[in-house]
Amino acid sequence: MLGFNTVIAISLCYVAILFMVAFLAERRATQGNATWLHSPLIYTLSLSIYCTAWTFYGAVGYAARSGLEFVTIYLGPTLMMIGWWWILRKLVRIGRAQRITSIADLVSSRFGKSTSLGVIVTVISVVAATPYIALQLQSVTLAFAVFAQTGGQLWQDADLNATAMWVAVGLFIFTVIFGTRNLDANERHHGIVMAIAVEAVVKLIALLAVGVFVVWGVAGGPAEMMTRIDSSDVVLWDQNGGRWVSLLFLSGAALLCLPRMFQVLVVENADERHLAIASWAFPTYLMLMSLFVVPIAVVGLDLLPAGSNPDLFVLTVPLHEGKQGLAMLSFLGGFSSATSMVMVATIALATMVSNHIVVPMWLSLRPNEQAVMSGDVRHVILLARRLSIAGVLFLGLVYYRVSGGGTALAAIGLVSFSGAVQILPAMLGGVFWRGASRLGAAAGLLTGLAFWLWTLFLPSFGVEALISQTVIEQGPYGLSWLRPQAMFGIVGLDPLVHGLLWSMLLNTGMFILVSLVTFPTPLERLQGAQFVNVFEHSAAAPAWTTAAAGAEDLLIMAQRIMGSEQAQAIFEREAARQGKNGFLPEVTPNFVELLERELAGSVGAATSHAMVGQLIGGSGVSVEDLIAVADEAAQILEYSNRLEAKSSEQEQTARALRDANDKLTALSIQKDAFLSQISHELRTPMTSIRSFSDILRDGDIPLSDQKRYSGIIHDEAIRLTGLLDDLLDLSVLENGQVMLHVNTGNLGVLIERAIGAAGGLEDTLEIVCAPELAQIAVTTDLDRLVQVFINLIANTRKYCDAEQQRLKISVLKRDGMYLIDFVDNGCGIAPENQQLIFEKFSRVADGSKAGGAGLGLAICREIMRRLGGDIAYLPGQYGTAFRITLPK
Amino acid sequence: MGKRVLLIEDEPNILEAISFILSRDGWTVHTHEDGETAIQKVIGFPPDMIILDVMLPGRSGFDILRELRETETTKDIPVMMLTARGQEKDRDLAMRLGANHFMTKPFSNADVRDHVRSLIDA
Repeated sequence: MLGFNTVIAISLCYVAILFMVAFLAERRATQGNATWLHSPLIYTLSLSIYCTAWTFYGAVGYAARSGLEFVTIYLGPTLMMIGWWWILRKLVRIGRAQRITSIADLVSSRFGKSTSLGVIVTVISVVAATPYIALQLQSVTLAFAVFAQTGGQLWQDADLNATAMWVAVGLFIFTVIFGTRNLDANERHHGIVMAIAVEAVVKLIALLAVGVFVVWGVAGGPAEMMTRIDSSDVVLWDQNGGRWVSLLFLSGAALLCLPRMFQVLVVENADERHLAIASWAFPTYLMLMSLFVVPIAVVGLDLLPAGSNPDLFVLTVPLHEGKQGLAMLSFLGGFSSATSMVMVATIALATMVSNHIVVPMWLSLRPNEQAVMSGDVRHVILLARRLSIAGVLFLGLVYYRVSGGGTALAAIGLVSFSGAVQILPAMLGGVFWRGASRLGAAAGLLTGLAFWLWTLFLPSFGVEALISQTVIEQGPYGLSWLRPQAMFGIVGLDPLVHGLLWSMLLNTGMFILVSLVTFPTPLERLQGAQFVNVFEHSAAAPAWTTAAAGAEDLLIMAQRIMGSEQAQAIFEREAARQGKNGFLPEVTPNFVELLERELAGSVGAATSHAMVGQLIGGSGVSVEDLIAVADEAAQILEYSNRLEAKSSEQEQTARALRDANDKLTALSIQKDAFLSQISHELRTPMTSIRSFSDILRDGDIPLSDQKRYSGIIHDEAIRLTGLLDDLLDLSVLENGQVMLHVNTGNLGVLIERAIGAAGGLEDTLEIVCAPELAQIAVTTDLDRLVQVFINLIANTRKYCDAEQQRLKISVLKRDGMYLIDFVDNGCGIAPENQQLIFEKFSRVADGSKAGGAGLGLAICREIMRRLGGDIAYLPGQYGTAFRITLPK
Repeated sequence: MGKRVLLIEDEPNILEAISFILSRDGWTVHTHEDGETAIQKVIGFPPDMIILDVMLPGRSGFDILRELRETETTKDIPVMMLTARGQEKDRDLAMRLGANHFMTKPFSNADVRDHVRSLIDA
């Protein structure tokens, strides 16, 4: 007999394996070689979270109780995937174009990035998902109980509750580790997706194994099985037509509306073409999952004593036949179904709660730029997600305890489905109907939510739990037309059909009606046009008309949300596109729009819009700006977009020409200035030398002064030589006559060498080197590279104005380049001087303190360009920062 | 008590050399290193003559000279400009702005001494 402890041990091993799988996938993804993670197979398998413990255990129970009706649960999504996959394709396209992070984000973004709609959809999703999460906890707990009882141990309710709690705690830890490790700009979770793909395989194999055993092992072959099925009443066709249609609709719509399905279908989708493969592969998976449901149900009813829970036949039939191993496999299958659903659902819900409720609240508590500039937004968001995951699991646990865990699995599942599908009208309406308005969506959603709560959710706790028997029979306060299962006096309908019919009917009705009588705001129109015409539009009209914010402020905000590397990459790319040097692009309306969309990938459209608005100053799109856009036909829009693209090309050329012209003019002025600068730099030390040597020649000076004066002459002569060396070096570098001595060396060692060479006597500068430096070997002219390092370190010593000077040196790899950053804790360099400092003889600081002639950075830039890289000022670091780029 | 010379120059070594030369010749030498506050220094001090460097931190020597010549209390103080740039147009500009003498670095100590003597005695 398999003991309870063995089952626990095996479960823990299984979790450990999943942990490894997730960890490895995550690591492969961060190393960048994760193409196999983006395969259509993994995508299809991740869709299998549709099959939760409800389908794994519950389908058999469903078949044993209600016959063939269980087929609808598989048929609905199959019809959806095959027949309406163009809806899915449109959702996926919109999701990628608009950087949608969740279903709440989709609805909120479509209706003018509305915060309130985001909140409503989030609330609906959380409430609807709660019973479903409870259901998963219940199924795992029941399965444990089966083993415990057959193992001969005594089980109390307390043990069941404790097990449910431990399962919830375990799921919390797993989900927090792999779901909120990072704030990914695309909301993708490779580790989790890989783990659920593995679980998808396990649960399919488990169910097929039990099926094969039942047909060949118990019944004695397919022919005998058919006779058994024929003689059973499971397949008797006494179905309620209304219920069939309702269930087909419900399960098909749930595929779109369940937050977790939206997460895997749209958010985690890496390639639109995967959808085409999934459109037949996923139905195949569903068909395999449903293949042996009837045989298992029939055999279970035959074999096991009357009154056995049919929801557990998948486990109890093998146990009854003494097949411990098979039962264990089946247990792991059910465990997989439950855990994968809970993980994805909690991540999806946590994203919604943090993006649409916590972060907007946090922002509104700090109603100025302060919030986006100085607060650690990433930290707040991640913390919010972790707490949300805990909150959602806790709600599931509470529901499990309150509902008593007794109701049949399928019934809970259907209540949950019908809550989620309340989002359907607003979602589909938003995607296909430009006339849909924010107020319409809100009215529909709230109406649907209210009717669903009243007719389905509250009664689902069981009679007398939350709603008393008298209310169900006579209505609240004796208002019989408000009876939860006979609204408006319609009696005799199945409670599910009744609740679904009323909530969907009134939801859709209110949505259309209010949409027709209200007028959408400009931003809604703009978003509406982009959503409805997602396939026709090549580019969006920017929703920002003026852009008054400084590029550096925007960069600082972006870094706070998506991390410095990603933010810098976006700014650099835009600067390069605009043909500008350095990291900061011009802040055009188009760029602000692009940035807002990128940020939306992390925090959702509404929050991103609000954050950008705080910096831009709220000068969003106006009605006049939209007149041309909103009501014109798609073709005209497309045409004008193309024109715009062309004119932006011309603008780019013009900018390049203007720059070149400016450069030429500047060059001739510079040549004059350069000569006069050289003259000044050379004559100054010469003046001291000549004057003091005159004084010494005159004689009649005390000995101590003689020594001092000859010391000055000596120092000034050295300064003169150094200056001439620099000038020659620069001229050689500029003419390209430099000889490079290429060698391989360790970056950490080179930095150490530079620190040693640039060291002052009194060590006031603290240098912190990232450990990665010591792991990188570079092949280049090492002496030249060290010369650049020495220059930067010496500059920090000279110019950093912090009380305790500190310099951080770190390295990143990107696109075949090493990016070596030198960041100090001084006050930084004003934006207007950030380019200037690389010019010859430019000194921003007080000249006499610096001592040099202002050639250092000019030489560094020439050296780095000779080495195939570059050096640039890195803005947005709260200190003076330089980034050296060096090819690998 | 010798007459007072104000030396406005930011290079410490040159400052020391000129101070030495003029002190030895019997003048009282005061020094100032910053361009921006030079005018206040002149008005508060006032000297019998000024030696003014062209390239000063904060404000150019030409700019200071222009203001000195436009200010009632300072317009008659003799000024000798010093520059290390040594271009003809700098000399023209200095003379046009009302400098009494223009001297290029490096200079001979004797030249400095002689010109200071002639400017103060004039």
